[in-house]
Amino acid sequence: MTTTYAVLSEGLEKRFGTVHALRGLDLAVAEGTVCGVLGPNGAGKTTAVRLLTTLLRPDAGSARIAGHDLVREAAAVRRRIAVTGQDTSIDGDLTGRENLRLFARLHRVDGAAVRAAALLDRFGLTEAADRPASGYSGGMRRRLDLAASLIRRPEVLFLDEPTTGLDPASRNLIWDVVRELTGEGTTVLLTTQYLEEADRLADDIALVDRGRVAQTGSPAELKALVGTHAEVVVADADALPAAAGVLDRLTGSLPSVDPERNAVGAVAKDPTLTLPHLVRTLDAAGVPLLDASLRPPTLDDVFLRLTDGHHVHHPRDDKERAA
Amino acid sequence: MSTLAYDGTAMLGRQLRRARNNPGLLILTQTMPISMLLFFGYVFGSALAVPGAGYRSFLVPGLLVATAAGGVMTGMFQSAQDVHRGVTDRLRTLPMSRAAVPVGQAAADVLVTAAGTVPFLLVGLAVGWRVEGSALGAVGALALLLLFRFACVWIGMFLGLLTRNEEAAGQLGGATFLLPLLSSAYIPTAGLPDGLRTVAEWNPISAVATALRELFGNAPVPEGAAWPVAHPVAGSLGWCAVLLAVFVPLAVRQYGRGRG
Repeated sequence: MTTTYAVLSEGLEKRFGTVHALRGLDLAVAEGTVCGVLGPNGAGKTTAVRLLTTLLRPDAGSARIAGHDLVREAAAVRRRIAVTGQDTSIDGDLTGRENLRLFARLHRVDGAAVRAAALLDRFGLTEAADRPASGYSGGMRRRLDLAASLIRRPEVLFLDEPTTGLDPASRNLIWDVVRELTGEGTTVLLTTQYLEEADRLADDIALVDRGRVAQTGSPAELKALVGTHAEVVVADADALPAAAGVLDRLTGSLPSVDPERNAVGAVAKDPTLTLPHLVRTLDAAGVPLLDASLRPPTLDDVFLRLTDGHHVHHPRDDKERAA
Repeated sequence: MSTLAYDGTAMLGRQLRRARNNPGLLILTQTMPISMLLFFGYVFGSALAVPGAGYRSFLVPGLLVATAAGGVMTGMFQSAQDVHRGVTDRLRTLPMSRAAVPVGQAAADVLVTAAGTVPFLLVGLAVGWRVEGSALGAVGALALLLLFRFACVWIGMFLGLLTRNEEAAGQLGGATFLLPLLSSAYIPTAGLPDGLRTVAEWNPISAVATALRELFGNAPVPEGAAWPVAHPVAGSLGWCAVLLAVFVPLAVRQYGRGRG
């Protein structure tokens, strides 16, 4: 049984003048899954989405979207995808309803009015439906934008930072919609700077850094790469060697001792290590324990570790397109 | 072709709906030529002598053509705005005809322009302008006017897709107000110094304005003018053909390329 990939790219490259935005992007997104493309500003996420949605032509490399060649069969690709970018792409001079009816017509959807009404309802826009979209709040615009992408259920949906700058209610609505869509078989590729978003939605994560995929894996796999951080604090310094001995044994990695705080820390590669087990083992060894903690890794840890922490991220500032 | 017709009609509907939702803008663009007619007609009219015609009869066709040339600005602004707002990107990811977007936009613009000539010509009638030739000639004049508008919108759409910047398009668009000044839209070119006269007479606006004056029967074709003005109807059709042959493919190609 082979996996069918909804998005499969090999060595995609794109230059904008002297800026080498993508330096050989390899992505494989299995059908019906959510792939989170995670990366700092300027990593190439938006460029990748613009290439994969036929808005830009690659300088090198190839990709197949829903089984069709990105360049040679661009029209077939366009029939199977939908995109919601980080900048909304609706017509502010039209009402929400007029926008959806227009896109429904262009998609050759029968009963455009009915479909538009259903989507307005699903995205909580019925009340505002007949007002010009230019007067919508940021969250409403983004919801209308996503609704426009779902006029016809796409085989592959591209979401470029869909929740950046959104209020929690709009964000939750968008997350729910993504889960519904994958339940119906749509493949979703979403870029995000929010690790929490990738953690919650993505089946697989591709960490993109400087125009390449630096690491791929499920959120759990990526976290396992970093490991759980265990730390204990003991009552007096004499107990530090014994505590370090126990941590060494349990985590299999070299503990670091902080004599000022009477603390010992170590990274556990084994994700099954639990706090009760840690505490019982230390107690049995007669260690006078004051405090113990296990901090599971967050994707932030993964992110910082795998990208060498060479960047600071500023949400809402990810304009990595050609100047 | 049926895809182009279907998608083009959808895009035309979009532009008409936008115009309807934004009546303020529409009223403003209609008020402009009317105020110019009243202002120029009565201020310059007292000082300017036009051979074989009253100044206001001469000015009405000229202003119609100058306003049609404003299609460069309208086309540029709308296209740049669509790019800027991301609408162009969304349309470019849809499985629709690529040419439908500019075709629909240009067609809608011609319809809006046609509607706009009605109040303008009513004011023209009020200040003394008349159709002094045949009804057929008048229909031909209006058809030529709309064809010229259609050509101008294509120039504008190409420039708008090229600049992609709403503000730059607005600035550049302002400059298009200068184009009719160096033509026979507002003044007879016969009085201009030789060099300027040649430039003005090779301005497409002059050919179309002269053609309209001839077809409406408002003023005779000036003596000794450059070829497009001396043969104004053929000259105007020729200009429109050249502009369309150049800018339709350019705009469609630029639309397909997008940014980057």
